[in-house]
Amino acid sequence: MQKRNMTCIVCPVGCRMEVEVDDDGRVTGVKNNACARGKKYADTEITNPQRTLTSTVRIDGAAESFLPVRTAEPISKGRLSDAMAVIRALRVSAPVSMGDALANFDGVDIIACKTTDTRTQ
Amino acid sequence: MSGDNLTESKNTDKPDNNIKSYNNIEKKVVIIGGGPAGLAAALEANRGGIPPGEILIIERDRELGGILNQCVHAGFGLHLFGEELTGPEYAQRFIDEIKAKKIGYVTDSMVLSVSPDRTVTFISPRLGFGRIAAGAVVLAMGCRERTRGALNIPGSRPAGIFSAGTAQHYVNIDGYMPGNRVVILGSGDIGLIMARRMTLEGAEVRCVCEIMPYSGGLARNIAQCLDDFGIPLLLSHTVTEIRGRERVEGVVVSRVDENLRPVPGTERYIECDTLLLSVGLIPENELTREAGIEIDRVTGGAVVNQDMETSVEGIFACGNALQVHDLADYVTLEAYRAGMSAAAYALRGPGAQDPAGMIPTRAGEGIRYIVPHKIARGAAAGVKLFFRVSGIYRDVTVRLTAGVSEKGVTNNVRLRDYKKRIVTPGEMEQIEITEKTAAQLQNAVSIGVELCKKET
Repeated sequence: MQKRNMTCIVCPVGCRMEVEVDDDGRVTGVKNNACARGKKYADTEITNPQRTLTSTVRIDGAAESFLPVRTAEPISKGRLSDAMAVIRALRVSAPVSMGDALANFDGVDIIACKTTDTRTQ
Repeated sequence: MSGDNLTESKNTDKPDNNIKSYNNIEKKVVIIGGGPAGLAAALEANRGGIPPGEILIIERDRELGGILNQCVHAGFGLHLFGEELTGPEYAQRFIDEIKAKKIGYVTDSMVLSVSPDRTVTFISPRLGFGRIAAGAVVLAMGCRERTRGALNIPGSRPAGIFSAGTAQHYVNIDGYMPGNRVVILGSGDIGLIMARRMTLEGAEVRCVCEIMPYSGGLARNIAQCLDDFGIPLLLSHTVTEIRGRERVEGVVVSRVDENLRPVPGTERYIECDTLLLSVGLIPENELTREAGIEIDRVTGGAVVNQDMETSVEGIFACGNALQVHDLADYVTLEAYRAGMSAAAYALRGPGAQDPAGMIPTRAGEGIRYIVPHKIARGAAAGVKLFFRVSGIYRDVTVRLTAGVSEKGVTNNVRLRDYKKRIVTPGEMEQIEITEKTAAQLQNAVSIGVELCKKET
């Protein structure tokens, strides 16, 4: 059994948690978490850490040159740079609305975070 | 096209047919700044009874949304919406509502002055000169970054030195990478966020230096922006020299002592082509000062009462122009209060002075400042006191006190204690004045917050 200090990243409170992990890599105890989400976070952080990835993609035909995007769900932390490669290769055209799926990575949509100001009239 | 929303035709070169003059018109509520504070204030002014066409948001940028447009990272909205949104998504929710309700706004428009009688002047390439007599004004200009000039770092003046927010604009809005090998000075949230962003875009972030023995950013950002990518955080370290003539070639980093002075012999040279500065934010208050509004020297923002009203009646302040916030959600909530108060003022004129008078707030031991600065005695219940502490303290008691004067001596009497596991300067704290506490303020000469502490 080992103890690990971990900062919960679920919300801005950022609880500094103490996590007990047994020899099989399972979480057996969480301390100093202010809510249940902390325990859940500790579990996934030990077994398969997940992160929401945010970035931008080039957009044509809009007032802006780049469109903010994110993964609709958190993805495996170890896959962040592969996901970045997919996002970097993306190029989209206006109009785009917030929430539109632009691509897919590991079964998770990459969605637009903004409704574009299109060149009108 | 509706209301004052002239931005839809922004990218056409020909003048819009519906162009209107904004010279010598009247509006019930004028809001300066279309970022999170301005958007929320406008929506709340509308909910407070001001018709959409009687509200005008004046925004300097090409579009509404303010700094949220370049904050493409997630972390916004947990408090307000119960989900984690990116900055643009958070802004979009408010912008959609502004547009749906046809609340007036102009973009590409720079406010030149606000007078104490609430005349607002602005210029815009499309609209020309505008002069508006406002029933009430909400100051929501946000803040700007401290620059190298504020730090006195010796060395030449090569290219490659950016404030973190400028770099954020280059990367997220313009699509340029400011450099490849990066040192970040200052561990404020923007610096931490940029450490991750630059890393994901392929740069090597060599370290983040923080002159204080603790980070000014949120703990979660240290975890997910630095620790996730193995970026070292050097506490009690600062940049003491910048090297390079045309372009930054490297920086000298030194440890500092408890008085924040560099310790000779601890210099270390770190090669880099870029230095990002994340060394603090300054509320933007040129307009506020010129209007003769009283400024708090600690926050850099206006002195306000519980309604977010400044020292000039009918002019309200909120968001980062009032005090630098950690979270956009709190900016929104503060702006709701300012917007509602502005609506009430515009509809009814100056409220009757509270006969019981104003109680000043008092930042006691361990507290840097409190907003609001004064509270009407009769309206204290439900008011939230926002404050920052002056250092990191663990297992501390935050004490709410009332100043009680007896025979010329004022004592600060305990009203209520709040136990905190940890408080840090990087995280704003708040205490809501309960009805029970408010009832105890009848004879108070002040209401204070102080720490009963053990420093760690």
